[in-house]
Amino acid sequence: MAEPASLTLAARLDNLAAFSAAVVAAARLHGLEESRLGAIELALEEALVNIFSHAFPEGDGEVTVTCMADENSRFVIRIEDDGPPFDLLAREAPDVTASLDERTPGGLGIHLIRQVMDTVTYARQHGRNVLTLIP
Amino acid sequence: MQVTSDNTTGPTVVSVTGRVDAVTAPDLEKQLFALIDDGAARLIVDFGEMEYISSAGLRVILATAKKLKTVNGSICLAGLQGPVREVFEISGFFSIFKAYETVAEAREQA
Repeated sequence: MAEPASLTLAARLDNLAAFSAAVVAAARLHGLEESRLGAIELALEEALVNIFSHAFPEGDGEVTVTCMADENSRFVIRIEDDGPPFDLLAREAPDVTASLDERTPGGLGIHLIRQVMDTVTYARQHGRNVLTLIP
Repeated sequence: MQVTSDNTTGPTVVSVTGRVDAVTAPDLEKQLFALIDDGAARLIVDFGEMEYISSAGLRVILATAKKLKTVNGSICLAGLQGPVREVFEISGFFSIFKAYETVAEAREQA
């Protein structure tokens, strides 16, 4: 990938498909194998849905997703928003050995991101939340 | 996403095809809950033609299982394969759900 590819859209669920299509196209262009694209789609959805619901519960913000190559030519997905500080990585991991009765609906998304991505980082930069995913 | 159900014999077999993501999951929940409200207590969910599932879809399966428990019902999974199977696996769902290779096998055991 030569130039970073960037997409900014309203932080709403109906933009999920557009973000996903853009990132998958960029990943293909970068040369990622088809078998990795599902994991990328999954991590992106989980991250965006968390941002949409936690940072912008009223759907009144914007999210920017940028795909680029890092200095080691790895494919990097950067997700930025200007919502209140929100570190989704700080959320408690779910107990994936719990029984049905003990299971609660929360936290599974973050767990999936961590499992299917190689590196996940969060930073608060210049008043923005910056989440970086490396597959 | 498309949901079809068959209750002609024994348990109700629900086939879910396509993508279950945050956008389509509420519709899946609505359809599964409607089946239970209509009296289906034993469900076999066929994932054979499912292309993609995220945590939103997993939450629906969890909620469906909890609802079935209140009516002494049961749910089992069939046909999980590829990336969809992986998502179930890393979420630890195989320790709480019975899963079978095929719907026929699930019918035999159900």
